[in-house]
Amino acid sequence: MEKMLRVGAAPHIFTKDSTAVIMQDVVIALLPALAAGVYFFGYRAALLAIISIASAVAFEHLWNVAFKKPTTVYDFSAVVSGLLLALNLPPTVPVWIPVVGSFFMIIIVKMCFGGMGQNFLNPALGARAFLVVSWPSIMTSYVNSGAKLIPFLLPDAVTSATPLSGEAATRYIDLFIGNIGGCIGETSKIALLIGLAYLLIRKVITWRIPVAFVGTVAALSWVFAGDGYFNGDWLFHILSGGLFLGAFFMATDYSTTPVTKNGAFVFGIGCGVLTVIIRLIGGYPEGVSYSILLMNVASPLIEKATAPKRFGKAGFKSA
Amino acid sequence: MASILYEVVRLTCPQVGICVSLLIFVGRKAMGISLLHLPLRFPTFTGGVHPDDNKRHTAHLKIEELSAPKKMIFPTLQNAGAPGEVVVEVGDSVKVGQLLIKQCGIISANHHCSVSGTVIAIEPHLHPCGSHVKSVIVENDEKYEVFRNIKPLGHPENLTKEEIIKAVSNAGIVGMGGAAFPTHIKLSPPSGKKINHIIINGAECEPFLTSDYRVMLEDTDELLIGCGALLKAVDASECIIVAESNKKDAIAKIKQNPIYQKNEKIKTAIVKTKYPQGGEKQLLSAVLKKEVPPGGLPADIGAVVVNIDTCAAVARSITTGMPLITRVVTVSGGAVANKRNFKVRIGTPVADAINAVGGFTAEPAKILLGGPMMGVAIHSTDIPVTKGVGAILALTEKDVGIKVTTNCTQCGKCVDVCPMNLMPTIIDRYCENFDAEMLEKLNIADCIECGSCTFICPARRDPLQRIRTAKKKINAFKK
Ligand code: SF4
Ligand code: SF4
Repeated sequence: MEKMLRVGAAPHIFTKDSTAVIMQDVVIALLPALAAGVYFFGYRAALLAIISIASAVAFEHLWNVAFKKPTTVYDFSAVVSGLLLALNLPPTVPVWIPVVGSFFMIIIVKMCFGGMGQNFLNPALGARAFLVVSWPSIMTSYVNSGAKLIPFLLPDAVTSATPLSGEAATRYIDLFIGNIGGCIGETSKIALLIGLAYLLIRKVITWRIPVAFVGTVAALSWVFAGDGYFNGDWLFHILSGGLFLGAFFMATDYSTTPVTKNGAFVFGIGCGVLTVIIRLIGGYPEGVSYSILLMNVASPLIEKATAPKRFGKAGFKSA
Repeated sequence: MASILYEVVRLTCPQVGICVSLLIFVGRKAMGISLLHLPLRFPTFTGGVHPDDNKRHTAHLKIEELSAPKKMIFPTLQNAGAPGEVVVEVGDSVKVGQLLIKQCGIISANHHCSVSGTVIAIEPHLHPCGSHVKSVIVENDEKYEVFRNIKPLGHPENLTKEEIIKAVSNAGIVGMGGAAFPTHIKLSPPSGKKINHIIINGAECEPFLTSDYRVMLEDTDELLIGCGALLKAVDASECIIVAESNKKDAIAKIKQNPIYQKNEKIKTAIVKTKYPQGGEKQLLSAVLKKEVPPGGLPADIGAVVVNIDTCAAVARSITTGMPLITRVVTVSGGAVANKRNFKVRIGTPVADAINAVGGFTAEPAKILLGGPMMGVAIHSTDIPVTKGVGAILALTEKDVGIKVTTNCTQCGKCVDVCPMNLMPTIIDRYCENFDAEMLEKLNIADCIECGSCTFICPARRDPLQRIRTAKKKINAFKK
């Protein structure tokens, strides 16, 4: 019995979750959206996703090798970022776009700031914004769903606009299942809702940011987006564009959102307000990604302002 | 069809949404209740975690007497505060209940012999704290002769307040929930502070532990006599026995007891099963809906929290006159097959308790005194069971889990679970780049070291360990 026992301080038991498990859960939650993208846009969508993930993982590994650090690719965060980037691309982009995007995403946005958890901008959205600014025409030409795009053959455009730019008349059910033009992962709302349900059940995220974000967009567009007040088509507003993808998967990114409960509400509401402002007043038809990026920057401030009330300072608890 | 549905949703949702938000808002403000919380839920604190409670292994097992071995070890330090002073000498023959170690200083406690025999050494011996502590070693003659001065003091009802506190102090009773704070000091609050509520803590929120639960079921009479004695000692208006919702049957048992039924000052309450529900501050926040102010004591909100086994020990010290020499210990964990609830004579080495259950059946990774959330890991089994030890757990690698540390992902889970409303991840950051001023602003001193943050962290960071180190640094700095 004189074997050395491990000592070490309490606690001695831990949750079964780990960073890798959580990241794998996010990947699983994104699979329905990817499947819908492949179904509506053809195998090219899958090819872009594979390229994007592979290059994201490769860049992260190379960075670690270059700086002689233990590799961090096993935490699966690069896979998540790569997949999210692909879902944020139109299905018609040339194959080098995800590679360039991944480079910017992993090296500039993530690793330069110290890797996972240290970056202050959402990597996938940062990369998307970079791509949109650099190659605006490539990044904003969409095809209609049902365009069975074949890998490696660039289509010469059956391009259409997304519903939000107001040119296409759309059936609502199509809006819901994703039978419309748009980025690979953003069109199918039902697939994204399934993903959200999975994340909530697995307790990867809480309901606060998605509900606050979508709720704010719904409320504001109901009030302001119609002729006169209080009759805007809010349902159309929340079902179109990248709102669900952004609110469920990108505005809930751990590193770039506040860690406090009330901070999550503030963050979600702020994203919603900015999205509606950009959609209704700004020049872009779609404001989700920019509003999330702007709120990412404000996140440390929100965190500070919403620090939980010190225990015992309240005197009486509110229920 | 789809568009009709669409129109219905589009036109009705805003109205419904407004009504629901108004209801929630009005409910909060006007009635002081949150409609988001169902009325049927058990009261609790905010934050906390839900580890697998693992109580199923031992909850149904009756308390068994563990026979004491030849060599018994009585450390001078079995309480929070200062160690006591040894009042016997090597070669002395000692009896059951005889004083070995006398309290010394204000926060200190007496410690008695739990067997009869001979003092064979007074020397530093391994102690749960990890280092050597001066201890009295007694060779057990297995006759268990009782010390001549031990006689019943009568029924607590016939004693005065001072007599009860004196008896508790003489009997060396300390908090048996783990902290081992001397009970007689808890019962003598600073002048100007009146204790109105006595909370008997049967939450037992630590996984694996079932000793308090068994005491509630089997020693109900003693427990309730103890409640009566405590009520008298501090002249309180109520004494609430609290258990978590996974121990409802114990509360039901207490309610059937005639002593309970006769004394309307004794009450019961059930709180939600959640760790660290048994933390003093968390328990008070759940039961009394009052929070102990930062740096304060339960006495600041007119309360005192006493552990179940401690309360029973108070009763015993009066009705039998026997000081605190036994306690109930759960022996469990993945590495022992015959898990048990034992009544152990204090001073019994851990090794003997483990031998009594037939040793290990699997390779233990860690042996713990106390629960897996706050207990201490020991590196040798030649360490005695002291008054604050509620369990001996032998955990396997599987119980402990693997540890792959990554960067903090800023997931905020530690912030959500911290029962003291701290922000462990941010504190962790300032512990790494030590900044005493920031740490004090973040209220690092409020941390109760419950370990919830470290438990929940998916990145397997250990905010608590850094907090401990930083607290020590800050304290050293202040001196
Ligand atoms: S910071 Fe302290 S009080 Fe908060 S969860 Fe961690 S150990 Fe518990
Ligand atoms: S739980 Fe761990 S990973 Fe999450 S914020 Fe806290 S320290 Fe960071």
